[in-house]
Amino acid sequence: MFKALGKQIKIIWTQLVSLWLVFLHLFNKADTVEYPDVMPYMFPRWRGRIILTRDPDGEERCVACNLCAVACPVDCISLQKTEDETGRWYPEFFRINFSRCIMCGFCEEACPTHAIQLTPDFEMAEYVRQDMVWEKEHMLINGTGKYHDYNFYNVAGKAIGGKGKGEAQNELPPVDRKSLLP
Amino acid sequence: MFSFEVGSLLNIALVLVAGLVISIMMIWVERRFLGFFSDRLGPNRVGPFGIFQVIADAVKMLAKEDWIPPFSDKFTFVIAPMILPIVMLMSLGVIPFAPGVGVMDLNIGLLWIFAMAGLASYSTMLGGLASNNKFALLGALRGAGQMISYEVFMGISILGIVVLSDSFNLREIVEAQEDGWFVIPQFFGFVVFMVAGIAESHRWPFDLPEGEAEIISGYNTEYSGMKFGLFMIGEYIGMVVMSAIIPVLFFGGWLAPFGLEFGNEIISGLFWMGAKTSFFLLFFVLVRAALVRPRYDQLMSYGWLVMLPLSLINLLITGAVVLYQAG
Amino acid sequence: MASITIDGKVFEVDAKNNLLQECLSHAMDLPYFCWHPSMGSVGSCRQCAVIEYANEDDEKGRLVMACMTEPREGARYSIEAASTFRAQAIESIMINHPHDCPVCEEGGECHLQDMTVMSGHTYRRYDGKKKTHHNQYLGPFINHEMNRCITCYRCVRYYKDYAGGTDFGPQASHDNTYFGRWQEGSLESEFSGNLVEVCPTGVFTDKPFSKHYSRKWDLQSSPSVCTGCSVGCNTNPGERYGSLRRIVNRFNDEVNGYFLCDKGRFGAEYVNSSERIPVSMIRNSHDADPVQIEADIAKEALSKAAKGSIGIGSPRASMEANFALRDLVGEENFYAGIAENELGMLDKIIDIYQNKPVNIANIKDIENSDAVLILGEDLTNTAARLALGVRQSVKNLGRQMGADLNFPIWHDAAIRQLAMDKLSPLYILSPHTTRLDDVSHTTHISSAANSARIGMAIANAIDSSAPAVKGLTKDEKALVAEIAETLKSAKQALIISGTSSREPALLEAASNIATALQDGDNKANLALVSAESNSMGLALMMQGNNKALEQAISAVKKSAIVLENDLYRRASSSDVDAFINGLDQLVVLDHLKNRTGEQANLVIAAATFAESSGTFVNYEGRAQHYYSTFKPDSAIRSSALWLSDKPFNEITAACADAIANCDGITDLTPGENYNFAGLKVPRQHHRYSGRTSMRANINVHEPKQEQDEDGVMVYSMEGVPAIKDASVLNSPWAPGWNSNQSIFKFQENAGGALKQGSNGQRLLLNTCTKKTWYEAAGSNDAKEGFEVFPLYHLFGSEELSAYTPAIQEKATSAYISLNPEDAEKLGLQASDGVQVEHNGAVPFIVREATQVGTVGISVGLKGLNFQDISSAVALDKADNWKNSETWLAANIIASDKREVNIEGVD
Repeated sequence: MFKALGKQIKIIWTQLVSLWLVFLHLFNKADTVEYPDVMPYMFPRWRGRIILTRDPDGEERCVACNLCAVACPVDCISLQKTEDETGRWYPEFFRINFSRCIMCGFCEEACPTHAIQLTPDFEMAEYVRQDMVWEKEHMLINGTGKYHDYNFYNVAGKAIGGKGKGEAQNELPPVDRKSLLP
Repeated sequence: MFSFEVGSLLNIALVLVAGLVISIMMIWVERRFLGFFSDRLGPNRVGPFGIFQVIADAVKMLAKEDWIPPFSDKFTFVIAPMILPIVMLMSLGVIPFAPGVGVMDLNIGLLWIFAMAGLASYSTMLGGLASNNKFALLGALRGAGQMISYEVFMGISILGIVVLSDSFNLREIVEAQEDGWFVIPQFFGFVVFMVAGIAESHRWPFDLPEGEAEIISGYNTEYSGMKFGLFMIGEYIGMVVMSAIIPVLFFGGWLAPFGLEFGNEIISGLFWMGAKTSFFLLFFVLVRAALVRPRYDQLMSYGWLVMLPLSLINLLITGAVVLYQAG
Repeated sequence: MASITIDGKVFEVDAKNNLLQECLSHAMDLPYFCWHPSMGSVGSCRQCAVIEYANEDDEKGRLVMACMTEPREGARYSIEAASTFRAQAIESIMINHPHDCPVCEEGGECHLQDMTVMSGHTYRRYDGKKKTHHNQYLGPFINHEMNRCITCYRCVRYYKDYAGGTDFGPQASHDNTYFGRWQEGSLESEFSGNLVEVCPTGVFTDKPFSKHYSRKWDLQSSPSVCTGCSVGCNTNPGERYGSLRRIVNRFNDEVNGYFLCDKGRFGAEYVNSSERIPVSMIRNSHDADPVQIEADIAKEALSKAAKGSIGIGSPRASMEANFALRDLVGEENFYAGIAENELGMLDKIIDIYQNKPVNIANIKDIENSDAVLILGEDLTNTAARLALGVRQSVKNLGRQMGADLNFPIWHDAAIRQLAMDKLSPLYILSPHTTRLDDVSHTTHISSAANSARIGMAIANAIDSSAPAVKGLTKDEKALVAEIAETLKSAKQALIISGTSSREPALLEAASNIATALQDGDNKANLALVSAESNSMGLALMMQGNNKALEQAISAVKKSAIVLENDLYRRASSSDVDAFINGLDQLVVLDHLKNRTGEQANLVIAAATFAESSGTFVNYEGRAQHYYSTFKPDSAIRSSALWLSDKPFNEITAACADAIANCDGITDLTPGENYNFAGLKVPRQHHRYSGRTSMRANINVHEPKQEQDEDGVMVYSMEGVPAIKDASVLNSPWAPGWNSNQSIFKFQENAGGALKQGSNGQRLLLNTCTKKTWYEAAGSNDAKEGFEVFPLYHLFGSEELSAYTPAIQEKATSAYISLNPEDAEKLGLQASDGVQVEHNGAVPFIVREATQVGTVGISVGLKGLNFQDISSAVALDKADNWKNSETWLAANIIASDKREVNIEGVD
């Protein structure tokens, strides 16, 4: 009987303590950052708006390999490969449906050329959902983004305009197929 | 039979408007204070201090599609949310705000409150039943069980006051506290009444009928737009009624404590009644912020095994003391 | 059978196969590059290394290459123990491999990628300099990217040894080894496209596909059948963004095995052609401009036109479409849409297949024959895949020599060394040299009619009860005796003929020879090639009534519905013109604009094979179902559904009911109730990408999934890929095996038949054992002028594939071919044109091995309608002739027996 009573008193006491402790929070400073008035600091690796970058020569980095599209868990990236007259691959169109995008950054991880990058910009809301479908011209920037020196075609074996066979990094000049010399 | 000394048109308008405005503003007040209690700011964007948040909410609710589920019982579905604000406003009518301020002065004022609180449970029950949705039905069952259970010892808990004041008339109960608030002789009655009152208006932590962790949103799962808004308004009016009835019963109503009366008795009465009501309103908010929701079985066993004995003992002792004093 | 232990587990294996093949058959993942089920083992890539233990106590064992190892009874092997070796081997293979995967067309379906991952080589330690190579231009079909080569030699073994190409091979030495042509230029072999699939990495890639490239996982594909010729090779078309992207081979051991010809692989892009009819059109009078109409209105107009109309079917439309037309206009008003002569020949083929004691040869029979006689059929150009089969058959002598010495049959290098240039006998009777001449024992030049007479004589020489032939020359008699002797002594002889020569007597001769060779249950193989993808199906439908195009033209009706058929390719222009001008209403259902469609009052936009489902019957009477690969624009519908209101499956069922011998066509699909755990077969790969984005530029809200007409597959990535039924195997894939090599996971044994044996249905069964003969015809009367024989081109002669840009690059415009003597007689210089009687002027080529007084005239090429030319024509030198740009004489490869020009390399 007394034990049960004691238990009930303890229950009520703990509730009262809770009430008191929560009441004290009334005098704490709020943690809220008042976003539109006060801009929060966005970290450089924040996964926000997606951009397409250019390599140090100013050419489009994207080679339309489709790896971002296949890595995308919501399948919101679609593109079509085409190539210029020198054999350089680039996307004919590159479309991201941002109304589906979950900003997971898998596309950036999958990209073998550092073309697709996520930026700290997160202010992408639109009133019309159709406006959230972005094409290449909306995403392509005139810079290298986070990776300044990487140039995919300088390490790839494929010849493109301005870079012939054997002219990439760590390559020997093309072999003479008519020679049998060692 | 009925005496309408306070029932002037001005009075009715004043009480109705003030009651509704306070109830609606409570939505904003509650959200802001919940924010403060959890180190946030709460809604502060619409108007100064976010005071017009409620208007924005109301506009949103009114603009929403007024959707009635095709599988529901349509008539009942529409009626159910109306019951709650209506009966809660009716309860508001008997509350004595100050001498000469109020809608009705009923001999059976206390019973009227109980009657209305009993009717309020129909809103929950019918809303859940008419939705034809298993979660709504579960919520309605919970609501009905909870309200019936807690109404029992809520009633018993205030019998001590009736015994002490010798009246069901709320104005007479207030006047009977001239010599000292009933909270002192009726402390256990006060505790039981307050707990039961929270449960009765199914506010946190006793909001099991809409326990969203288990049953989506309980009895109002299928409700949206202004029909949901009516449930919400009704709940907040209930909260105001409950916060007003506690000072009336236990804290001397409009009577100023320690002789701090000023001006004429109406001004002073309204001030003190308002102050006491506000205190309990904020207390309800604090309770919501601080306490966690019990399980349903805990709620029921707490009611029947703790509150009921407590209220009965309280009644017995009060009765004994009164009989002893009467000789 | 032998019982061996691999990594502690006991397996029952076939000792005739090599260990690699058996490991794969038993679902073990053992990497390999150079082995190919069709080409055997050479053991050059060192990837399939395993450890073989000498006995139970041996713990060290020794490395052996599984593909070069015969499983010994009781032997103990370990795949696991050699994994370090394999990882090191692939690391050295990968040393010079470029960092190209993102810009490589093979990426994502690359055997090298799969094997690298499988071997565990995940980090490149080599930081020295990589070897590089120049690329070559290899023609419109194949891209060359030599840097990616891993020197497995599969390309050479395929191109030279398997397909008989002469202009491609290995060059240089050691790790400079280079695979290419002696000099830049188009690959000559008609089977060069298979290099794309044979090469385990991205050295050879599909050039037209690269122009609108998509990864394998992004292609929506379905089981389909090639429309290029009567062989009916199984294909997997791939679609992306509403256009057909490429064709790859779909394995079917009885029809095409692992290989396709270049027409099949590269000739289907007419589906995307700008000449497509995108929407139905109507015009009220002959001179009015056509007006585009909506599909429902077109359907209404079509059913209104059907009343009192005749229907003209097509040998390139599906059984269902033909039947729906027959149903719509009534059987009595349905005509075949091919010339009487061809219909008669097809009837004869059906008769021979059913009522003569022969074995209808499929590709396996052809490859296993050890003596072949081709009667008047230019096989490489009319049924190319069979020519590739014949190329294998001539190697049977070498295999036999190997077998006699107890060599394992898969030991490719040893067998090749042993056989050197010894080949099984192949005799060709043809009015001109053919592309098989390099492997033929004798190519006898004679006209079709004369070849038929020689054939009859061969039959008579084998079995004297066959009708005799008189009036052969001495040379011919010697040839007859030689061929008869060869065929008689062969274990499995094969006779091939067909309809392309337009000479019915050839079929009779072929039948007689095969009949003569029959001995009890031992029947000779006979393959009679027809012209188009569903010629045999149309003939089956027309059996018992002789309603060919000529009858349709003379029928007195005011309205006609023409189904997927350009009548100008079937009858002479004047006849067709007269027919069309006599009509009040001409309705044409077709997918491409052509001369018949231009004159129609109502043109209905019909779906191609890639957009519709249907059934084709191939040269051997095998019915095969093709599933639509993608849903076309709503204005385009399948012909069968235009012509009938019934659901597709009911049309098939009704056709099976109504047409004799066609019961089997309802069993070709698993039926509309097919499902696996409630799910249908997806057309899309499970990693199909861009689903929520590909249409987002049009509307961000995604549309509902399109419905399918067969009810077996869905246009979706949701569902269960074919694990129950390989007839709905859209694109083979298995965990860890992203390339086409994964097909072995779906085979009974690696390289064997598909697990569910879904090879289509043979509609014609031959149970005949009684010898009956066709009578020999007398010798031909001499005619005025030059005797005409048709010249077919793999690239350009076929109607539909000629709309494909890559095929056009390999094709040429119309021409004639003359004997040098005749050319001199006509006073022709190399750049002159020749005036063909009534038919304008065309360029000419000189072919030494044609008979004097005969002229070969190209069929189907632009500039000359073969139908307009009578069997003998007068020729004249054309005035003021100037060769047009479309005349590409270099694309005409007459024969393989040529000097290889090594001069001027690069």
